[in-house]
Amino acid sequence: MAEPLLRVEKLVRRFGGIVATDNVSLDVASGELHAIIGPNGAGKTTLISQLTGHLEPHSGSVSLAGRDITYLPAYRRCALGLARSFQITSLLLDFTAADNVALAAQAHAGTSFRFFANARKEKGLRDAAQAALDRVGLGHRADIVVSRLSHGERRELELAVALASKPKLLLLDEPMAGLGVTESQRMVKLLQELRKEVSIVLVEHDMPAVFALADRITVLVYGRVIASGDPAAIRANEDVKRAYLGDQHVVTHHG
Amino acid sequence: MKSLSVSKAVTALMLAGLVLLPLYSHLTGNIFILTLFTRIIILALAAASLNLIMGFAGLMSFGHAAYLGIGGYAVGMLAQEGVGSGFIQFPVAIAASGIYALVIGALSLRTRGVYFIMITLAFAQMAYYVASGLARYGGDDGLTIYTRSDFSGLIDLGNRTQFYYLCLACLFGVMLLIWRIVNSRFGLVVQGLRSNEQRMQAIGFPAKRYQLVCFVISGTMCGLAGALLANNTDFVSPAVMYWTRSGDLMVMVILGGMGTLFGPVMGAVVFLLLEELLSQITEYWALILGPLLLLIVLFGRGGIMGALGRAGRG
Repeated sequence: MAEPLLRVEKLVRRFGGIVATDNVSLDVASGELHAIIGPNGAGKTTLISQLTGHLEPHSGSVSLAGRDITYLPAYRRCALGLARSFQITSLLLDFTAADNVALAAQAHAGTSFRFFANARKEKGLRDAAQAALDRVGLGHRADIVVSRLSHGERRELELAVALASKPKLLLLDEPMAGLGVTESQRMVKLLQELRKEVSIVLVEHDMPAVFALADRITVLVYGRVIASGDPAAIRANEDVKRAYLGDQHVVTHHG
Repeated sequence: MKSLSVSKAVTALMLAGLVLLPLYSHLTGNIFILTLFTRIIILALAAASLNLIMGFAGLMSFGHAAYLGIGGYAVGMLAQEGVGSGFIQFPVAIAASGIYALVIGALSLRTRGVYFIMITLAFAQMAYYVASGLARYGGDDGLTIYTRSDFSGLIDLGNRTQFYYLCLACLFGVMLLIWRIVNSRFGLVVQGLRSNEQRMQAIGFPAKRYQLVCFVISGTMCGLAGALLANNTDFVSPAVMYWTRSGDLMVMVILGGMGTLFGPVMGAVVFLLLEELLSQITEYWALILGPLLLLIVLFGRGGIMGALGRAGRG
């Protein structure tokens, strides 16, 4: 089997006495959409933060396309082709949508130690930004300042920003969070399109969305992987059902 | 669009006024106003340099007066040692400020927020005490500069009008530079970091590197102001580095409008004119100026530039 795009091995992260990531191992193959689910407090965001470099693990390793990135700072991982969206939207609020995306493109288009030429007039960057905005359906909102965009639009902009860096792997931390029903459906549709172009790790609470999208699902409970497999296997898994006791109907009936 | 035009009109008027001021001074024989405005322009230059790091990069440097001192002492110490050429003094002033900024920035940028404010302040106070200890160069009493920087007949700094225009040219040059920087790739990164550092890191920008370069650029610009200021007063003393000076510069920036191109110039003009006018009326002028500034900051969000923008809209 070919080298997996992302390999996580025996990752451990503790907060005081709590083991938030307990010996987690998982592989994400190239072209795969890999979902990570788990009840609240299962350590999903902690895991994501270690993948993006915002948090250092106490032991274990993370490698991207065969290269060990366990202790690389976030900006270096980004250069290697890892892009992320934030669970709570994190954008440059006083910049326009196009500026937000163009900056992501700029980060991957040569040096930013250029002091004189007007960056907003660089055609390459602007075109890349416009293309990414069009991709997520925000093309017509390019010149709007982010603080005036709706929540749904900001979620889409997060995606456009991530796409603009031309990533190999997209880490999406609850892209559906806070979206209404129609907005969620649009997002699922969008992700269905995107997954053809880029490998995705998706952390999500929205079970119907996860089962509709994922090739493989890893289930985290109390920081531990209790199951990993394709959606059908996960749906049938007894441990998963037990972990989701309250939400059991969600796991068994949807998808 | 109209809001833009009001602040633009006022800015243009102010700049035109600055350009024509020597003419007025010459016609009316009012030499004092020329001297006053030379000082205003120099401090406007310092405020503009502070605005680059404070307004655009969002880093509250509370030690900016240190560069005024370093630039000034570079001129004064070289003059004392017999090096009178401005072609040496000015580059040394700028380079020394840049090196200081590089060291201080590398250390200070490990911190954020209020810690950054305190550490930049602490370093400036250190510079102040170092200057006080320079017995050979006047120590506490400061250093008199007997000959102004000599530019080999190219320009005579002893001539009030020529010196005024040199300062104005430096201000315009720096403003032009800041304008280009702010809209450049580098400028967008720095402003992006002000807006959301976590996001910028996530899209692949190492924050500190850009902030440090910006800190150094800002410092060198202020070092130039320091060299001019020393020539203007024929004197440099530790007092130019005192923390209240740094505070004055911050007030000018906030008063004029943080993160706007011409705000700091406007702020410097208004602040120093008010100081001058009020001090003629009463010796307790600070008692009036203080509350006045408080009101402007409290109710005129965005400083003078912000108020002009609103006036245009309303």
